Amino acid sequence: MKPKNWEELPIGVKILEPGNSAEYETGTWRVNRPVFDANKCIHCLFCWVFCPDSAIILKDGKVVGIDYDHCKGCGICAHECPDKADALTMVPEHDKQ
Amino acid sequence: MTNNKPLETLELPATVRPQRVVALTGNEAVAEAMRQIDPDVVAAYPITPQTELMHAFADFVANGKVSTEFVLVESEHSAMSASIGASAAGARAMTATSSQGLALMWEVVQIASSLRLPIVMPVVNRAISGPINIHCDHSDTMGCRDSGWIQIFSESAQEAYDHTLIALRVAEHPNILLPVMVTLDGFILSHTMERLEILDDETVKEFVGEYHPDHPLLDTKHPVTVGPLDLPDFFFEHKRQEVEAQLAAAELMPAILKEFGTVSGREYDVIEEYEMDDAETAIVVLGSTAGTVKSVVNELRREGRKVGLVKIRVFRPFPVRDLVRALTKAEAVAVLDRSIAFGSAGGPVFDEIRSSFFGGGVSPAEVKVLNYIYGLGGRDVKDSDIRFVYDELETLLHTGETGSAVRYLGLRDSNVEQVALRLEENQ
Repeated sequence: MKPKNWEELPIGVKILEPGNSAEYETGTWRVNRPVFDANKCIHCLFCWVFCPDSAIILKDGKVVGIDYDHCKGCGICAHECPDKADALTMVPEHDKQ
Repeated sequence: MTNNKPLETLELPATVRPQRVVALTGNEAVAEAMRQIDPDVVAAYPITPQTELMHAFADFVANGKVSTEFVLVESEHSAMSASIGASAAGARAMTATSSQGLALMWEVVQIASSLRLPIVMPVVNRAISGPINIHCDHSDTMGCRDSGWIQIFSESAQEAYDHTLIALRVAEHPNILLPVMVTLDGFILSHTMERLEILDDETVKEFVGEYHPDHPLLDTKHPVTVGPLDLPDFFFEHKRQEVEAQLAAAELMPAILKEFGTVSGREYDVIEEYEMDDAETAIVVLGSTAGTVKSVVNELRREGRKVGLVKIRVFRPFPVRDLVRALTKAEAVAVLDRSIAFGSAGGPVFDEIRSSFFGGGVSPAEVKVLNYIYGLGGRDVKDSDIRFVYDELETLLHTGETGSAVRYLGLRDSNVEQVALRLEENQ
């Protein structure tokens, strides 16, 4: 989404659409990105519970991936992922494929 | 101090409404305007010389003359914060302060303008500490001249009353939506009894109109977020919008002032020219000193000297074009600054006028400009001081010698001849 010009924005720094923070992409803030391995995941959903940015994508109650438009790369998901599963690994953003 | 003639001797257009002639101090006159406005919320904290203004308004609240929610806060920081909260909620909110009070609320002052909340705040001008002083100069409001607020300076209690009503219309104009400071000189206006004309309550109600807030918080059917974090990707755009609002104010204020003139019979513009048409020398000044200058201009005109005055009524937005047009009628101009901009090339008004001249293509050969810092901490400015300035301007025209561009009027200074001159005059 192209950010609006000064002439187009509501005045007074007001936000007029409720919940529009979903449109605000914070993915560029990331230094490290979580990489998800579907083969290892046991779908305990700890990552989904702990993610502060609701960036874990679920489908039918199972983890299917990461919302990289909003994930800020805090690494909580990888930290909470049980050792026996180890389905989430933090990788430096510049090493991404 | 004003040049308003009594109503009965003027031929007034039919649009002018009946008025009551009263004797009020500047503080009482502004409180009277606030009574007639009947704001939804007033949050205030007492500070000399603004205290009596809020005393008078508190009487109106206690006696049921207004329906205002009067919030007694614990500091000016809270006074402005409460006004911002009330204004964002959708209320017509007002406060008033002076000097250190304005300094304490400074952090929140710019939040009011950035959130585009049309709060109207009379500021009774008093010197900023230190050293501590309670008397008039303009250092308090000059300290937030770039805060995004509109600033209107008053020459008299009459103007302070009128400007308070006008300020509301300016602030709440949908294309402006900016907070407005109405200034009146501490003690000189705030505590001096003056004859003035008060519009009737109905006329004021009609003139200020009903307030329709822009996306108020209390409109729960249309939820709105006010005051969010604004990061590098949007902050700059919002600041540019504030500039646009100042430009809109510059464009729209003359019409609002004119409309007030049709109702009150008191015609105002963003600047006031006094005896400028054939003036060779001119003084530029803000506030009550304009009255003193007018009186001296009258005397000097009787002596056949071509002197004039340009009073700046609206300091923010700065009336660049109007000032260049008015001041280029003269050949030498003295800008009187009632505050110092330390480390700057001159006083704040002087700096902006020289900058406006440069932008307007006016060369120093066309109009010479001097700066006089005066009246700090309530130092009296006398007729003889103003005469002295006109004398110096005329000397400058005849000799072409400018000397120092920045001078100090009424300062005890061992090196300056003016002391001797003034002593001579005062004998």
